[in-house]
Amino acid sequence: MALDSHGKREFKQIGTRVARPDGIDKVTGRALYGADMSAPGMLVGRILRSPHAHARILRIDTSEAEAIPGVKAVVTGADFSIPDDAALADISVNVMARTKALYDGHAVAAVAATSAQAAKAALKAIKVEYEVLPHVTDVDAAMAPDAPVVQKGRSLESVPAGMGANVTHHCEFGHGDLEAGFARADKIVERSFKTAATHQGYIEPHACLATMNGDGRADLWCCTQGQYMVRTVCAGVLGIEASQLRVTASEIGGGFGGKTTVFIEPVALMLAKKSGKPVKIVMTRDEVFKATGPTVSTSIDVKIGMTKAGRITAGAATLRYSGGAFPNTTVDMGAQAAFAAYDLDAVRTVGWNILTNRPKESAYRAPGAPQAIYAVESVVDELCLALNLDPLDVRILNAARKGTKSSYGPTFDDIGLLATLEAAKAHPHYNTPLKPGQSRGVSCGFWFNFGGNTCVSLNINTDGTVGVTEGNPDIGGSRASISLMAAEELGVPYDKVRTIIADTASLGYNDVTDGSRVTFAVGLATIKAARDAIKKMCGRVAKIWGIDEDAVEWRDGAAHPAGPNAGKFPPMTLEEIAAISFETGGPIAGHYEVNADGAGVSFGVHLCDLEVDKETGQTTILRYTVFQDAGKAVHPDYVEGQMQGGAVQGIGWALNEEYIYGADGRLLNAGFLDYRIPVASDLPKIDTQILEIPNPGHPYGVRGVGETGIVPPLAAVSNAVSRAIDVRMHELPMSPPRVLKAIKAARG
Amino acid sequence: MRYEKPQTVAEAARLLTGEKGLSRILAGGTDVLVQLKAGLVEPDLVVDIKALPGVRSIVAEAGGFRIGAAVSNAQLGEDKAVRALWPGVVEAANLIGSTQVQGRATMVGNLCNASPAADAVPALVAAGAVARVAGPGAARDVPVEKIPTGPGKTKLKRGEFITSIFLPARPPRSADAYLRFIPRTEMDIAVASAAVSLTLDEDGRIAAARVALGAVAPTVLLVEAAAKAILGSRLEDPALEALAAACSAAASPIDDKRGTVEFRKDVVGVLAKRAARIAYTRAGGQS
Ligand SMILES: Cc1cc2nc3c(=O)[nH]c(=O)nc-3n(C[C@H](O)[C@H](O)[C@H](O)COP(=O)(O)OP(=O)(O)OC[C@H]3O[C@@H](n4cnc5c(N)ncnc54)[C@H](O)[C@@H]3O)c2cc1C
Repeated sequence: MALDSHGKREFKQIGTRVARPDGIDKVTGRALYGADMSAPGMLVGRILRSPHAHARILRIDTSEAEAIPGVKAVVTGADFSIPDDAALADISVNVMARTKALYDGHAVAAVAATSAQAAKAALKAIKVEYEVLPHVTDVDAAMAPDAPVVQKGRSLESVPAGMGANVTHHCEFGHGDLEAGFARADKIVERSFKTAATHQGYIEPHACLATMNGDGRADLWCCTQGQYMVRTVCAGVLGIEASQLRVTASEIGGGFGGKTTVFIEPVALMLAKKSGKPVKIVMTRDEVFKATGPTVSTSIDVKIGMTKAGRITAGAATLRYSGGAFPNTTVDMGAQAAFAAYDLDAVRTVGWNILTNRPKESAYRAPGAPQAIYAVESVVDELCLALNLDPLDVRILNAARKGTKSSYGPTFDDIGLLATLEAAKAHPHYNTPLKPGQSRGVSCGFWFNFGGNTCVSLNINTDGTVGVTEGNPDIGGSRASISLMAAEELGVPYDKVRTIIADTASLGYNDVTDGSRVTFAVGLATIKAARDAIKKMCGRVAKIWGIDEDAVEWRDGAAHPAGPNAGKFPPMTLEEIAAISFETGGPIAGHYEVNADGAGVSFGVHLCDLEVDKETGQTTILRYTVFQDAGKAVHPDYVEGQMQGGAVQGIGWALNEEYIYGADGRLLNAGFLDYRIPVASDLPKIDTQILEIPNPGHPYGVRGVGETGIVPPLAAVSNAVSRAIDVRMHELPMSPPRVLKAIKAARG
Repeated sequence: MRYEKPQTVAEAARLLTGEKGLSRILAGGTDVLVQLKAGLVEPDLVVDIKALPGVRSIVAEAGGFRIGAAVSNAQLGEDKAVRALWPGVVEAANLIGSTQVQGRATMVGNLCNASPAADAVPALVAAGAVARVAGPGAARDVPVEKIPTGPGKTKLKRGEFITSIFLPARPPRSADAYLRFIPRTEMDIAVASAAVSLTLDEDGRIAAARVALGAVAPTVLLVEAAAKAILGSRLEDPALEALAAACSAAASPIDDKRGTVEFRKDVVGVLAKRAARIAYTRAGGQS
């Protein structure tokens, strides 16, 4: 659906910072999260996990565990069949190992018992006989032809013959004549980079409550980014019909992409089925780190040629990604996003996915893009330094714009990159001189954004209030934005609208909350559902007035005669129409369903000032500003929150966050003490500047803003650190030992 | 698991001596409860020492202070007199955890948990603090550096526990300081740490010094060579360099997820220099 054509719309409520509807419940502890639901007779579910990075499971003896008083069910891989669909089969094997444990923390059995103590005792009593196999956790080591094989026969057809068995996917993007491009360059820089796997770091661990009755009807309450996805996957893994499983999403304490799949839900359902009782599983933090999705770990080569004037003549990259023990195609997104910010005649990216003995990757905010763009933006920065060019000028010179054939194929429509770069250039931050010892880093970022399957119902209540029913868990303030859009369209005050998130039985299918899609797609469907309701209200009024439906128009929350010819009637407000709806044809509701496209790509630019303690290698961020195109900021607080949150997660990724494996392939830092996300005192206030370049694909011009913010910080911080210490950094995280080592190595 | 909260030292000693299984003493619990929750220990008996007489008070004694074993770090931090005499000890204890943790955590718990990275311990060692050990026999006084014997291990015998820590009197022109290195700014564990306590003569020269290092050996190190390196100096650059070199040389750290041997050896010297400068300034020295 296109941007409303009636020129520049004067919004009355869009763009205001109204109070969030979930705020009071959350600060008073009333909000119900995944672990907060209970049922009579409920059992405690616990999962036994492999202590080995890679091992054949020879035998599992559960008899002793089953004999423990209070233990009501024990399940292992033998209880699950393998679905035909490959993606479902992988999820099924990930939630419960079959023949092999593929990573430290892989589930091998589960119990349900009447108490936590009995469940714990049962886990101890399960005897698993393993044959420990050689393992591999490093992406480059796993690509070698003689590497331990994580899973056999998983390579897609895209992989050319002769590659190692762990290589499962290959992709290529680009256009133009690379050789000719490089020949035109005055300077070429070619570098290799590595980035560590990072975890989404949501505060709420995965939790669910499952019941399954004797008649096969099941209910699931869980913390997820998509209840319909949970239904599809669990029904598929358990072999039941979707209609038999109702899934309700709880409030969610963060997801960032990590809750777009399932880990414990099929296991809880299986335990509920076997025991005949409700089963609750709540993951520990240790389990969250070991067994839920970190992002990919990567190894990337980048080569860029530039003229003395700063024009990029050619760019090439090879990306090797590993999303753990199961095949995935996240590298496609990295390979497409790597050079998206640039208008290039010659560009080529090649991607590989490689299996390693690590947990199965889950999406993490702009999956695959931060790593690729980090590598490209690092090389661009090195070229700027070498050629003595201003890093923003170079990006402005090369920026993709409307009409640019993107590095991944499509031609861009209206995009906000140039405006964003120019805003950064003009901002006081960029024009504040640095003090001695300080340095400044710059990076662009990009994300595709997504629309997808969406279904919304909008009910006009008889008292003149409005209920919006949508199907996407609110991970970033979407309920406020959806209510604002409904209020704007209907012309009623924001506080007359309440938006709720339906369970899977109460509303048609909705894709998961991902791809920064909700404010865009659910917003679009809400506006359309409101227009549907308006049409119905106008119809009712036409009947009352005895005129044509077309002769009634909606303005400022009321039906009016469309013009002098329509007759003279006093306007009827939504409240008045609603009050008499039972006499005019019954309840009034609007509805809309769509598979939305036109999400509109999003660009951002980040500026980072910092200093490095040259005796300890410690980095202190001093000033940080995010510039991002929001299309139209429906609720600016939330947009700024997304920009700040993305920046902070990216800064953590750049400086300290990493999955650390021991020589035995076991994860050494499965907790927030040694998996270091930034704490509040580590950072200055993150400044933001929202740009509004309307997205042609949305009636109000909205673009998704949830993901782009995590893309630029990796290079913005790395470029600033590299400038501060006068040594180019090539690996993330830039933890103090790594930075100090680089400083000392450069000193000789 | 049994939980007991004895009212007398004798009763506590009797409970601990009488237990055949595993027992644990509970002060603030910020180590013990975390270990219980993680399933690292499964004690049969937990003895809470917080109701023993005197363990929750700070008392002036012989020009110094006797600090009860259950005095929380928050309570310690609010005591102006202790802060004035031993600013380094108090700043070390106050670095532990967050506001919530501060309300419960104790220096004695920090000492007896026997982590090489414990924050309060290097400062206590540099201060020459003395622990009063109670148990089935007569109470005895033990220098704090003698208590931990390795990660998670102490010299305390079955049935023994600490009732207080004594921080001694100081001559004029004395001060101490503590610094740790963590990758973040709080809620983290020391990768290396250094405490320096010193006394100046009337000319501003260092007349006495103690230097203790954390997280660079199985126990906190009291490094005499480091103290010697600054004796007689006004912390001129050569003295500081000698101090750093002595600390780096004394350190025998391990490579682990928090840092490398090389990093820890380098950084512990840097921290010692910086802590020495702070202590020097606090003691009234002009550098
Ligand atoms: C979130 C968090 C952050 C933390 N941050 C830090 C930090 O920054 N730096 C740091 O050093 N530590 C840190 N810790 C660890 C802990 O808080 C400290 O070690 C604290 O000082 C322990 O004191 P406590 O009174 O809570 O000890 P407890 O947990 O009660 O006891 C610790 C150990 O000492 C023994 N014990 C206690 N009292 C006695 C006694 N009187 N006699 C003999 N044995 C005794 C116990 O049996 C136990 O083995 C942190 C802990 C948490 C949970």
